[in-house]
Amino acid sequence: MGYPHKSHERETPILSQYFGDAGARTLDGWKQRGGYQALEKALAMSPADIVNVVKESGLRGRGGAGFPTGMKWSFMKPGDGRPHYLCCNADESEPGTFKDREVMRWTPHALVEGCAIGAYAIGAETCYIYIRGEFTEPLLWMERAVKEAYDAGILGANAMGTGKRVDVHIHKGAGAYICGEETAMMNSLEGRRGNPRIKPPFPAVAGVFGQPTTINNVETLAAVPGILMQGADWYKGMSLSNPKSTGTKLFSVCGNIRYPGTYEVVMGFPFKDFLYDLCGGPVHGRSLKAIIPGGASVPIQTMEEAEATLMDYEGFVAQGSMLGSGGVIVIDDAQNMVRVIARLARFFAHESCAQCTQCREGTAWTTKILERIRDGQGSMEDLDTLMGIAENMTGTTICVLSDSCATPVISGIKKFRHEFESLILGKRVHAVTAAVA
Amino acid sequence: MTGIKSPDLASHDSHGNEPHVPVFTGANREELDTLLGRYPTKMAALLPALWILQRERGWVSDEGMAEVAEVLELTPAYVKGVVTFYTMYHQHPVGKYFIQVCTTSPCGVCGADDVVKAFLQHTRTGELGITSDDDRYTVIEVECLGACGFATPIMINEEFIESVTPETVPEILAKLP
Repeated sequence: MGYPHKSHERETPILSQYFGDAGARTLDGWKQRGGYQALEKALAMSPADIVNVVKESGLRGRGGAGFPTGMKWSFMKPGDGRPHYLCCNADESEPGTFKDREVMRWTPHALVEGCAIGAYAIGAETCYIYIRGEFTEPLLWMERAVKEAYDAGILGANAMGTGKRVDVHIHKGAGAYICGEETAMMNSLEGRRGNPRIKPPFPAVAGVFGQPTTINNVETLAAVPGILMQGADWYKGMSLSNPKSTGTKLFSVCGNIRYPGTYEVVMGFPFKDFLYDLCGGPVHGRSLKAIIPGGASVPIQTMEEAEATLMDYEGFVAQGSMLGSGGVIVIDDAQNMVRVIARLARFFAHESCAQCTQCREGTAWTTKILERIRDGQGSMEDLDTLMGIAENMTGTTICVLSDSCATPVISGIKKFRHEFESLILGKRVHAVTAAVA
Repeated sequence: MTGIKSPDLASHDSHGNEPHVPVFTGANREELDTLLGRYPTKMAALLPALWILQRERGWVSDEGMAEVAEVLELTPAYVKGVVTFYTMYHQHPVGKYFIQVCTTSPCGVCGADDVVKAFLQHTRTGELGITSDDDRYTVIEVECLGACGFATPIMINEEFIESVTPETVPEILAKLP
């Protein structure tokens, strides 16, 4: 549902069905709502069969990259005598994104169940759920859910009486956006600074503790029990656009919009209807100016682009952006784009791990220039400098934080250049006036 | 006596606090032992151990880091290197109420800067990161708290509060014991 608002008739609430329903948080409540039947079913299947069902469903990673989940799972080769790990990425920190928070605080058992199935499917005995430290409420509910699941024998050495071991542990982060990057998360889990690692080796070969590891997003894992219960065809059938994007997707909507919240729609839903009908459009007296549709790291869309978008992995790309994490940031005509982008750049500068020169220097330099322009002290040359820095920050570093900072800058200057120029030229007008006086 | 007061290096060193009393004894030691059972290495329990230290002492001192290093068989310098990477470990004492206001762009376009101003004013801290004279409040800006649809979210210690506006700030502060 469009939590905290009433579900809209055009939504397809599957993951979000119980958002706002406190009864779904407990083990008993979750079982009454059909919980843990999928895990029971899974533990009676062979791991390879589970991987095949997930492959067949077309489920793709919901954290941002959109990698096919079943394929990722198939990279794990069980039975080589080494410990295998599943990590659930619950370090949701991408500005604009707050969907995983709702999954964890309303339906914690859905995630525990998804983790247990995922761990079993890839031959991992241990799953770590890495939750960002600021998420005190989701941490509370997730810890309770895991404890309940252990006490009930759902997790542990003899999971659901099958003789198979499935352990799930919660690991609390300590404040670092970069730990949402999968290799940084593994370092953090190991008790290190959260610096991303160079790939290869890929996590499936040498991941956390040097062992084969798969990392999946909260929403991805929470979608698995439904797929196992209803079948791959059911999931695959949920698409309004193209067969590469299937199922439902949670979108968290924020910024200058009438009904901010978390919505769930079928892939390929028209973005225009989504923004104006489901989310209520702009607040009174305003009009929408720009959208950042997939968290702060994706290109900014003009309203023309946004209104022509079909909401799926390919649809956002076709209209100049990316689906990303599904964190929709809405910007209205009362906002200055330079101010918005400068604040985003400051975010990335703050969160850079400082390993790579392009990122360490580039995020800070970009922020400095943008804030100068914002304050009316910029020059036209600054725009060229910004584009040059952004180019050097793209595709040149260990992880994509650097690219993420460059993205809103490049798309912002290309699509809203007039706002930059008017701030710069405004300053010149003042300078001329001052000289004449 | 007039003139410039020379810095008191002894008290600067320990931040004027009592000598460090070991944290990892009794129930805390048991808690740590349980955590150690979850990981194949001792080092992996570092973040959780630092959380226990901060919960017990309110912040992470050099002496505390040294104790963590000893129990996990790491060096103090290594522990400090990790502590300084993360934003949530306090490397100096903070006010009784540590207030974090999200000001990243999604909240920024909804007026988060005014919420910050209201907190600075009503807590009489006046400046970000400064602790009020009565040691009651420290206010900081924080990067995206991940609750953007509930602008402006804030945290007061472990408590998460959604949809804060400048108008609700006095009421929130008045409710603090």
